[in-house]
Amino acid sequence: MQVEKFYYDNKIVKAFGYATVIFVVVGMLAGLWAAIQIYAPAASLNLPPTTFGRIRPLHTNAIIFAFVGNCIFTGVYYSLQRLCKARMYSDKLSWIHFWGWQLIIAAAAVSLLMGYTTGKEYAELEWPIDIAITLVWVVFGINMFGTILKRREKHLYVAIWFYIATWVTVAMLHIVNSFEIPVTFMKSYSWYAGVQDALVQWWYGHNAVAFFLTTPILGLMYYFLPKAANRPVYSYRLSIIHFWSLIFIYIWAGPHHLLYTALPDWAQSLGTVFSLMLIFPSWGGMLNGLFTLRGVWDKVREDPVLKFMVVAITCYGMATLEGPLLSLKNVSAIAHYTDWIVAHVHIGGLGWNGFMAFAIMYYLVPRMWGTTLYSKKLATNHFWMGTIGIILYAVPLYWAGFTQSLMWKTFTPEGQLKFQFLESVTNIIPMYITRSVGGALYLTGALLMCYNLAKTIASGRFIANEEAEAATRLHPAKQGREYWHRWIERRPVALLVVSLIVVVIGGVVEMIPTFLVKSNVPTISSVKPYTPLELQGRDIYVREGCYTCHSQMIRPFRDEVARYGEYSKAGEFVYDHPFQWGSKRTGPDLARVGGKYPDSWHYNHMDDPTSMSPGSIMPAYPWLLDHNLDTSTTPAKIRAMQKLGVPYPEGYDRLANKELTAQAEAIAGRLKKDKVETPPHKEIIALIAYLQRIGTDIRLEQQPGDRTVMQ
Amino acid sequence: MKFIHYLEQTAGVDILGLASLLIFFMFFVVMIVWVVRTDKKKIEEISKIPLDNTEQ
Repeated sequence: MQVEKFYYDNKIVKAFGYATVIFVVVGMLAGLWAAIQIYAPAASLNLPPTTFGRIRPLHTNAIIFAFVGNCIFTGVYYSLQRLCKARMYSDKLSWIHFWGWQLIIAAAAVSLLMGYTTGKEYAELEWPIDIAITLVWVVFGINMFGTILKRREKHLYVAIWFYIATWVTVAMLHIVNSFEIPVTFMKSYSWYAGVQDALVQWWYGHNAVAFFLTTPILGLMYYFLPKAANRPVYSYRLSIIHFWSLIFIYIWAGPHHLLYTALPDWAQSLGTVFSLMLIFPSWGGMLNGLFTLRGVWDKVREDPVLKFMVVAITCYGMATLEGPLLSLKNVSAIAHYTDWIVAHVHIGGLGWNGFMAFAIMYYLVPRMWGTTLYSKKLATNHFWMGTIGIILYAVPLYWAGFTQSLMWKTFTPEGQLKFQFLESVTNIIPMYITRSVGGALYLTGALLMCYNLAKTIASGRFIANEEAEAATRLHPAKQGREYWHRWIERRPVALLVVSLIVVVIGGVVEMIPTFLVKSNVPTISSVKPYTPLELQGRDIYVREGCYTCHSQMIRPFRDEVARYGEYSKAGEFVYDHPFQWGSKRTGPDLARVGGKYPDSWHYNHMDDPTSMSPGSIMPAYPWLLDHNLDTSTTPAKIRAMQKLGVPYPEGYDRLANKELTAQAEAIAGRLKKDKVETPPHKEIIALIAYLQRIGTDIRLEQQPGDRTVMQ
Repeated sequence: MKFIHYLEQTAGVDILGLASLLIFFMFFVVMIVWVVRTDKKKIEEISKIPLDNTEQ
């Protein structure tokens, strides 16, 4: 048998590894800052880029795409070469991928802080960046498949299946959810509206968790855990079942983010059923990981890599048990919109993703620099700081979540709501403080790791090209009976196609009827398109990230109807590109805020929220009072909306600004009566127009007469 | 807002539900049959791939 000599490319692994370590710090700093702002609103510095609504998307995007993304690529570029016994297909593509991804991150950071956002969670990046992501993802795919095709190993190890499924599903999710119509260079509207937009978004959002934060990391687990423990995975058979059932079931579970909303009931139920089924593959994977360590638990006591992995896998198990339970409608009724969800997410984020990333870093650096870890003791300290950090982070938020829910739902014996919304906020501020302490501790641990790794690097010499040998792969002749799976297993392209089919099925079954919904949603004749001023105001609402703290979706519960008003109907959102239902109530729901307060209340409230509601933790938005509204975009926005099917009359784009000015002057006039002097062309006027419009249309339903938006 | 309302408008839609259930069921049956029947030695060989490297 002919033996070939070749070299693994460690340089690209090093580059992605550095990026991982940098962005874990950056992403967590943003998170910590956001966490502090919740109890100390002054930490927003009263500046647009540093206010919660923009820092929070920065945090989530930095953690998901910059930190976990770079961690995935680090692990994939390292393990794929070794599992295929081949160097990466093309060094050039590797570097295009690396720099492309970092440029996307830089563009994302700048644009999110500047307020360019689509307003859809974890998909906030605007259309030019979306296109760049697609291109770089394709480069990654070509490089990965090139490597797989030229491999010297006959079989595709299960980790590679996870990588392939990740690649194809993320591509599909990203493309489908990013359908948007560009208005200007950095502004677009979602192609979908209201209910459909919500379904597509949470199909995306949930599966971003599944296929960006879970499947690639599971692939890494199936490689690095056996490596670190120096024994094969507990059951390879189980890993096959784990893989197929996980990707098959995960894709259906998205609607569990929308329980009790205006989403059709059948879709909600589908989401719940599949979410419950997810327990089995998830726990199969967790047990497979933990059982791999049977007989070597003494090593866990010694080796920081295994320590981190054990807690990571345990957190994976906890989060994937909790997730399905949260998908039960009665549990969701309590937990949704509260801090419980934030805690749940961070068990996954800090525990599973963070600890797996740390384990991989501690594993890779000594090996790639041909040395040993500088200090095991520091790594152990990091481990404990991280673990205690997670507990300090999560437990107070679980507590806070229950408290919020109980306070929201409590009635007095007379049948009145017992607590103001604000009381539920001020009540849990100690919890918010404790969680930021937990986060800070976790971050400090990560900084210890940076120091430890830097010292390790200094003591070794980097092996840029690692020598390896393997037999040339012979293309085997057909050897009689072959099971279908082994056939797939040897054919990565077939694996790709089958994975795609498997994930498409769930998406199609959920989407197609929802797209039929458009003609079937009970239309509400009084629901009209936004006026030009309201549309501009809505874009300000999106820009400032109001949806990160305020929902616009009243569920049909007694307490919510008593607190906020009539529950939300699907037909109310038909012109909402994008939908703004939100997912968290750090502040109260706004679905019926229109007409609830006078214009001047909103004016003063935006300038200084505590002046209107003492004790409020909402940041101030003083710049809205100073900035002029950019009306040059109005015609383009109207035309874009027309293309999306919003029934503005023909040629309305030319009249829009005239009507915008008239409405603005009317609002400025009303403000003047309340002794607030402001010119009508300020951004605050547009925002007030939008806020006063939200949820008011159905009140007009009973009234005769044809109120049109253009009056 | 019942599922049936959307589906009533699609021709021959009942086959879809039946087909999904069948696909779903068959998929898992075939997978499990394969997993159970496949050769133990082969499985062991594949599961050792990560450990096969000369480095370490």
